[in-house]
Amino acid sequence: MIEVTRRQFLKLSGATAATLAVIELGFDPKKAQAASKELKIAESKVTPTICPYCSVGCGILVHVKNDDVVYTEGDPDHPINRSTLCSKGNSVRQLFTSDRRVKKPMYRAPGSNTWEEKDWDWTLDRIAEKIKETRDKTFVTHDDGMPVNRTEAIANLGGAALENEECYLIVKLMRSLGLTNIEHQARI
Amino acid sequence: MTNHWNDIQFSDCMLVIGGNPAENHPISMKYVTKAKKNGGKLITVDPRFTRTAAVSDIYAPMRSGTDIAFIGGLINYVLENKLYHDEYVRKYTNASFIISEDYDFEDGIFTGYDEDSRSYEKSTWVFERDEEGNIVKDESLSHPRTVYQMMKKHFSRYDVETVCSVTGTPKEDYLKVAETFCGTGAKEKTGTIMYAMGTTQHTVGSQNIRAYGMLQLLLGNVGRAGGGVNALRGECNVQGSTDFGLLFHLMPGYIGAPTQSERHQSLDAYNENETPAAGFWSNKPKFLASYLKAQYGKNATKANDFGYDFFPKGRRNYSHISLFESMYDGEIKGMLIWGQNPMVGGANVRKVRAALQKLDWLVAMDLWETETAAFWKEKAGSNPAEVQTEVFMLPAAGPFEKEGSVTNSGRWMQYRWKAIDPKNDSRSDSWFAHNLAIRLQKLYANDNSEIAKPFKAMDWSFGDSDYPDMDLVNREINGYDLNTGRTVNHFADLKDDGTTSSGNWIYAGFYPDAAPGEEKNYAKRRDDKDTGMENYLNWSYAWPANRRILYNRASADLNGKPWSSDKEGIWYDKAAETWTGYDVPDFGVATSPSDPGWENPFIMLPDGKGGLFAAGMAEGPFPEHYEPYESPVPNAFSSVQLNPAVKIWGGDMNQKGEAADFPIVATTYRLTEHWQSGSMTRNLEWPSEIMPHMFVELSEELAKEKGIKEKDKVVISSARGEIEAFAMVTKRFKPYSVRGQKVHHVGMPWHYGYEGIATGSIANYLTPHIGDANTMIPEYKAFLCDVRRA
Ligand code: SF4
Repeated sequence: MIEVTRRQFLKLSGATAATLAVIELGFDPKKAQAASKELKIAESKVTPTICPYCSVGCGILVHVKNDDVVYTEGDPDHPINRSTLCSKGNSVRQLFTSDRRVKKPMYRAPGSNTWEEKDWDWTLDRIAEKIKETRDKTFVTHDDGMPVNRTEAIANLGGAALENEECYLIVKLMRSLGLTNIEHQARI
Repeated sequence: MTNHWNDIQFSDCMLVIGGNPAENHPISMKYVTKAKKNGGKLITVDPRFTRTAAVSDIYAPMRSGTDIAFIGGLINYVLENKLYHDEYVRKYTNASFIISEDYDFEDGIFTGYDEDSRSYEKSTWVFERDEEGNIVKDESLSHPRTVYQMMKKHFSRYDVETVCSVTGTPKEDYLKVAETFCGTGAKEKTGTIMYAMGTTQHTVGSQNIRAYGMLQLLLGNVGRAGGGVNALRGECNVQGSTDFGLLFHLMPGYIGAPTQSERHQSLDAYNENETPAAGFWSNKPKFLASYLKAQYGKNATKANDFGYDFFPKGRRNYSHISLFESMYDGEIKGMLIWGQNPMVGGANVRKVRAALQKLDWLVAMDLWETETAAFWKEKAGSNPAEVQTEVFMLPAAGPFEKEGSVTNSGRWMQYRWKAIDPKNDSRSDSWFAHNLAIRLQKLYANDNSEIAKPFKAMDWSFGDSDYPDMDLVNREINGYDLNTGRTVNHFADLKDDGTTSSGNWIYAGFYPDAAPGEEKNYAKRRDDKDTGMENYLNWSYAWPANRRILYNRASADLNGKPWSSDKEGIWYDKAAETWTGYDVPDFGVATSPSDPGWENPFIMLPDGKGGLFAAGMAEGPFPEHYEPYESPVPNAFSSVQLNPAVKIWGGDMNQKGEAADFPIVATTYRLTEHWQSGSMTRNLEWPSEIMPHMFVELSEELAKEKGIKEKDKVVISSARGEIEAFAMVTKRFKPYSVRGQKVHHVGMPWHYGYEGIATGSIANYLTPHIGDANTMIPEYKAFLCDVRRA
């Protein structure tokens, strides 16, 4: 885990850290400000991250307490943004607190009009079987006498929020399976 | 970006064209503002008076799709008025090279064109060579076939009158831009070009960028602080995911993926045909062998060409549009999607939906139910009973619920630590890839068929835990010496004999010289002390080799001294006989004035010179203006209307709109509050509240003509379909005067869809399946439409 410097903690007690709490507590701002330090970020674990939206790559600090993300803010030590964030970067806490997130693996059978909840074990097995079935049916080892080891019947689309390590693992797996239809948000 | 965000502050002039940083990269404006405080000028060229335009010193409106005309005019202005950086152009570019006598250009077509295949045979796009094979040069630049003279001739047709009649830019505004930006050709000055998808999403997208690159070379602005050709990339790791080759035509590190062809029929053939004799890419066989070792581990041996035959060989272009066309044609049966949403973000969405309906199975992993995961629902316009696709929607962990690095636009590879366990039953994408790989390995365990072999050859050694060990992944990406197990320091350490392994050579060095078990990931560095010129060399890691400004040799003059004292990059220390400075030299540190490469800053190219004339592009060695696929006017520069090298898709649902039916030029854009296809923001309360509705922005003049008032519901139609949106009537669009004709222009955000809190029509129902000739990026930014009251 990353060490957060004393300088960062000092900066954390600044005005921006309390703004939200003021809104939520809704009384005397001074008291609220003081209370917020106690209630919100005192003893919270602080972890630096990078904004998941645009490619400026602003630094963000994530405050976690009692298995909850209690606060997020611009990283004062980050050389690009030095605490500042735009309206998207300022909203990242809601990525965790949202109740709209997909909760479980979901399955929709052919012709059905609803999702069914599944567990990961079932889901992984079923997807692996689908991949193997399609791959084995369509795999071409040679074309025109040349080894080509490919299947053109499976496609893989990546998103631009995937991390480098994730990209590496995905592309390694897909190329080994023989995919040629490998594309990414970067194209479009 | 050739440069990086903090570096913008050193610029004397920032030309924003095809981008809108104030709204789409808001924090970057810190550095734009800083530059302005220091006297730098900000110019915005855009079809719409954007928020960046609002804080600019000069705004020039330009009809969407006319960048080459606009920039071609500036190139002409620089050459006619001799505003170029003379020494830089003579010594660091190929201006003095003499072009082959067989090369020619006439009425929009370069030599070597084949109309049937809509492509060029490029053998005449070359330089004259002497008996020894050396390129013939004329450093006086007076020979009529020098690149300089041929370029001058080509762009002499781009005079201000013609250019402005095509772009619709008022002449006074155009001249202000020309004077101000071209002033950065003075040797002590630099200017930057900042662009984004407004540049790339055109049938001539790549040539648009090439035109910027040429202008910057002429003005001596590449490789220098405050200069460069800077793509403002739109997503947190679009840079990294491109670097890692999640694209059909690439392996990690921009090594071309092998194809089914004689040129690539074996590793030897590939190396022979794809390795240039000089320049940095002459090391390609080492990068490739090391990559294959990473891919196949012990199963990659010298005897089996390091497993080269296992690697899939494609036989055609599989890029995004082609992929959906072949899905529609029934060739693709299954698809895995990791955080992409083509039902909103793809072009020609009606066709995307029809293609998805033909799949046997679809796996969509995301934080939210995206429009793509829900393509089979009634709200998507489908009849669920008729859609036979099995769909898996997998809950993905959020960005701070996992660990790993992302690479920003300035190529800084920055680590994200895990702050909290994944929400609900979600998992990271790497967990899913890892567990899927292991299940597939089990399924294939007893299968010894030829089909199983290439898959079973894969090396997958990321630990025994439920999650892959990120440290092991990172060591593999960096690469290591297979004899000692120590990680390599630099891509120069990689070998072609199978003794090194590296998953992505351009990243080799971010995890340097570490013994097995020793942790040393530079993406985690957090020293925020300025190491000079705000390059922050000890913050994170920038590929390649922690270099912050690419081609930085060009920041110094022919004596190895910085061109200007307030823009120092690297310089030659005569006493120590070495290059030194505020950045990691993009150049051999020991290169001395007597070395032949002393004047060659562009080390990725075989001759080391900036390519004012270059054969790499599909549609010509110089950029030439062609109209968008759907355009309201005939091309003023030649009788060739459309880029002659683009592929035209026929078949179902690929209707082309004509100006008689759809007279208005339309473009799409982004908003500060939403991101891409909107799943990551339209599911959050705050951004949804501040930007809740889909709208179309139109001028007061057009609104009046059509009887449309602010907030009216309107229908926007194109040859592909119709959508509804609210009218936003503004002064930010004005009718254009194009070739004597009045042309209206509208714009709309492309973030909306039918899922999430804030919902609205999908703009991409309107856009066509037509792509750039080099990259096949769809032409989202210029198409024809009509607008009426709903
Ligand atoms: S905070 Fe805004 S400007 Fe910074 S990276 Fe995030 S989206 Fe981009």
